[in-house]
Amino acid sequence: MSTLTPSRSGKARPLPAPEAPRPPKRFGRSAARSRAALGALYAMPTAVMVGLFFLVPLVLVGWMSLHRWPLLGAPTMNVPDNYTRIADNELVASAVWFTVKYTVLMTVGLFVVAFGLALLVQQRRRGVGFLRTAFLLPMAVGFASASLLFLGLLSDEIGPISDLLRKIGLIEGYVSWTSGSSESALGSAMVLVLWRFAGFNMLILLTGLQAIPLEVYEAARIDGASRWQTFRRVTIPLMRPTIALVLTMMITGSLLAFDQFWILTRGGPDNSTTSLVMVIYREAFIRLDLGSAAAISVALLAVLVVFNVIQLGVLRRRS
Amino acid sequence: MTRSSLAGRWGYHITGTALAILFLSPLLWSGWASLRTNSGFGLENYDRLFTSDNGIRLHHVVNSLTVSALTVIGTLLVATLGGYAFGRFRFPGRDLLFLLTLAILMVPYATILIALYVLLGWIGLQDSLIGLSLVLIMFQLPFSIFMMRNSFEAVPRELEESAQVDGCNSVSTLIRIMLPAVKPGLITVGLFAFLTSWSEFFAPLILLNSTDQFTTTLAVVNMRTASHGSIDYAALEAGVVFMAVPCLLLFAFMQRSYVRGFTSGALKG
Repeated sequence: MSTLTPSRSGKARPLPAPEAPRPPKRFGRSAARSRAALGALYAMPTAVMVGLFFLVPLVLVGWMSLHRWPLLGAPTMNVPDNYTRIADNELVASAVWFTVKYTVLMTVGLFVVAFGLALLVQQRRRGVGFLRTAFLLPMAVGFASASLLFLGLLSDEIGPISDLLRKIGLIEGYVSWTSGSSESALGSAMVLVLWRFAGFNMLILLTGLQAIPLEVYEAARIDGASRWQTFRRVTIPLMRPTIALVLTMMITGSLLAFDQFWILTRGGPDNSTTSLVMVIYREAFIRLDLGSAAAISVALLAVLVVFNVIQLGVLRRRS
Repeated sequence: MTRSSLAGRWGYHITGTALAILFLSPLLWSGWASLRTNSGFGLENYDRLFTSDNGIRLHHVVNSLTVSALTVIGTLLVATLGGYAFGRFRFPGRDLLFLLTLAILMVPYATILIALYVLLGWIGLQDSLIGLSLVLIMFQLPFSIFMMRNSFEAVPRELEESAQVDGCNSVSTLIRIMLPAVKPGLITVGLFAFLTSWSEFFAPLILLNSTDQFTTTLAVVNMRTASHGSIDYAALEAGVVFMAVPCLLLFAFMQRSYVRGFTSGALKG
């Protein structure tokens, strides 16, 4: 492939004159073509990774959803059984309902806390560096480890929480936070996610806050705007792209929740905190039915794609 | 200083300190609980973590280190070359490939892992650390490629051009001139790849079957999920600390460059 050798003609150019720092580039046609080939060559590893480990599995999961595909043994075509059976699966119905409920609660809670923290550490003043580090540190702990940490923290055996609440008289007797009732199990998972992810989202919101020029605030102040007015009419509108990014990540992340429920609540009590991804895992590796797992996956994927398209549409229209 | 602004300052510091304590206390508690024994303090819980029947073994730690090393090296390699290509070259299919890479973010993790499980089986990488690393590299690509593209775009063109005038070919320009200029980006990408691969749970859960191949995370979680009787919470907290300490140290040392790299990337996006 002769085009892959870059032509040397471009390099023989004289140094640019000082009064014209950026002369227009005059690549020859062959030089431009060989540069394109070089770029394509550098992009090759990315293309192979994306193709082999993203596009192929994406097609494969669709193909699998059309088959009876046991974990071991040969697959046989069974269209559309895997899809019709989703409707009969009671666990899917309750998991959909639970996952949606969790997503709404989690997104609202996480957004409020993360935005609050971002506003708190926005200005450079004494002690802010320490606060930022404190809020960000949980992010360094793996999510599975964090789930185990909270399992111990909330347990009656070694956890201090129940003792503390008993001492100040808020609860009596034995309370099992992670498996006692569906509300407390959901609450435990939400506290865990807040602790682990508030700092990360704070960081992204902070970049958005700091991208707002100080002059804008100055102008609002001169116009006599109150703090609340400034926040509503200046900060929020200018933050819209960042807010949209953060909300999308929160919603997508919550719809795909797995670790926190698999480890902390084990989906219980009585499957009341079983998320959709847990159902997919169960179909595939406990009921050994990969075809059914693939069909639920495809349905979930379709919902997310529609959601993302709507999200992009709203974003584009507003800006 | 007026009285109200003084009160505001105190209010700020009290709120901030209270929140900081709230965020730090679970970490401090897990360290404390992992050292606490019936007779005071000691390393008994760590001893049980490494010796009890379903505890973790040295080869689990080696597996984790292998997966992390492969993922970090692979991610840096692919993202550097890819970021250079996207940031500095025009070639047919460039925008499509970039969009496809970002689209990885939009697709549920679980959706393609079921198919990846089957696919890796076909190419002989079932239950393999290399197969797991390849998948983890792919999941790192959207963030890493985006980050490195922005880093390469931010390098002044004159730097690259003067290197070529000096007779560097493209590869040595990349290695000698461009890489030092995008170092903050590389640190961010590498750190992120390490933190994710070291603590990743779902992908190894699906792609690794035999307990010999388990990573430390899988082995520690297994102490909870595989136990039929009572859970050994204290040993579990020892496992949490063992997993978290390398990440916390790395994060503390590199937080400055990490946050800077992150914000510069996010601002440009």
